[in-house]
Amino acid sequence: MNLKELYQEIILDHGKNPRNLRKTDNFNKDAKGHNPLCGDKVHIFLKLNENKKIEDISFEGQGCAISMASASIMTDLIKGKEEKEVKEIINDFLEMIKEKDSLNTKLLEEDEKTKLMCLSGVKQYPMRVKCATLSWHTLISAIDKSQNEINIESKEI
Amino acid sequence: MKIEDIKKEFPIFNNKVQNNDLVYLDSANSSQKPLVVVDRIYDFYTKEFSNVGRSVHYLAVAATNLYENTRTSVQKYINAKDKNEIVFTKGATEAINLVASTFGQKYLKEGDEVLLTELEHHSNYVPWHYLRKSKGIKIQFADVNENGEVTLESIEKKITQKTKIIAITHLSNVTGAILPVKEITQLAHSKGIPVLIDGCQSAPHLKLDMQDLDCDFYAISCHKMYGPTGLGILYAKKKWLEELPPYQGGGGMIGEVKKEGITYGDLPNKFEAGTMATAQVIAFNESIKFLNKIGIDKIVKHENELMEYGQELLRKNNSVKLIGNPKNKGAVLSFTIDGIHPHDIATILDEDGVAIRAGHHCCQILHEKLDLVATARASLGVYNTKEDLDQLNSSINKCKKIFE
Repeated sequence: MNLKELYQEIILDHGKNPRNLRKTDNFNKDAKGHNPLCGDKVHIFLKLNENKKIEDISFEGQGCAISMASASIMTDLIKGKEEKEVKEIINDFLEMIKEKDSLNTKLLEEDEKTKLMCLSGVKQYPMRVKCATLSWHTLISAIDKSQNEINIESKEI
Repeated sequence: MKIEDIKKEFPIFNNKVQNNDLVYLDSANSSQKPLVVVDRIYDFYTKEFSNVGRSVHYLAVAATNLYENTRTSVQKYINAKDKNEIVFTKGATEAINLVASTFGQKYLKEGDEVLLTELEHHSNYVPWHYLRKSKGIKIQFADVNENGEVTLESIEKKITQKTKIIAITHLSNVTGAILPVKEITQLAHSKGIPVLIDGCQSAPHLKLDMQDLDCDFYAISCHKMYGPTGLGILYAKKKWLEELPPYQGGGGMIGEVKKEGITYGDLPNKFEAGTMATAQVIAFNESIKFLNKIGIDKIVKHENELMEYGQELLRKNNSVKLIGNPKNKGAVLSFTIDGIHPHDIATILDEDGVAIRAGHHCCQILHEKLDLVATARASLGVYNTKEDLDQLNSSINKCKKIFE
């Protein structure tokens, strides 16, 4: 295990100064996520336009450096994408965190992928994987609006 | 046994954890095991194994005697009046569930109140919550004060005509507060209310005397007491064990079984249905011998010194905030660091071989009260040293540097 791989500069930076940590005005979709194990909480707000494109995304919440950085990076990358594209990116990220060595989606630029890959350090810390995935599962929930509040403990990852 | 020799009795400390010496500060969660306990399990399975209390062959008789020897050792260790007041369970959680379930079934009805405290571990809340659902009882919580303590007065304030049982922790697993359980029991008894004490955190660290304490029920977790997992103890006054209905039905707990009806076995068999954690019970006798060999007075003194040393170190460390400041405190140091989430602290400390716990420690009610999502917790055991606490402090400093 290597601590430096987990707490890379990008993670520490996004953890300390999370981007999009606010509440979107006139959001039309939102969802809350909670990890009861460590108490991490996230609330994601989306503003989709009539073409189902994400005009704005933001989040509120508190948590460890990993979960804050993950939400911060995610919201940065997702802004401007279409709903269908967002789902592909989420799936690609969750598969990478679970088992794959790389990201395969063509919807992200190389430098964006590099940023996301910084989160792959959690793979070596099974107890911390949920920190990295909480905001992503919550984003799915916001898009689908299937559940009001997702509980990461009842999810597979 | 000398205090400085204790660590050598625990084989886990011979191993490196990620190339570091293990600094184990998670004993409130579960303690490490001395070699005598591990060996006893191996010896029992390789040389002496049989089920207990049933067959009459040589091995069965010998195993039954060993099993009952532990019951006698526990009785003496906690100074219970009768060996049949000791019931083996699969854990302290099951011990509390046993009481909540059987006491609730027989004595509680809609509107009755159970009095807990805001310090309680989930295992001394959730079993009572079931009765709220099934019977419509009410649960009251005695307030925790700004020092992280629950006082006799705060208990008294919440006792009403409807209070039917008081269930409280002896020693908080978060703030370390030691509750005035003897005084609380006296007060409760003066009002005719029985008392259950969750002794998970106290049993490994304090001198126990059931007859002096006079409580009605006392739950113990053996794996926190340098013993095997899968084993707990319920101490209950004989009159309760006689009056309460059985908890689980099965082999070993019966008297006569006929098509038209069943009678139950004598104490404590009535509450030990099915094949019990035999090897664990037998090995737990070694844990008690081990504690006796050091002597509980010496253990209390050693852990108190360590706790005060650790408390001083962390107090002097800028941006570290200790959680709770009880006058009477056990060997638990919960803390937060400004700007660093406890889970990040725990992961970074782990890199140095320092094992602590982070989270709500199964005490969400308390964390909500303290307005904290999580805390980091270093908890001590008999094997810890001042060097362990020095390492904790220097790893905390490293952690602060990473997040600078």
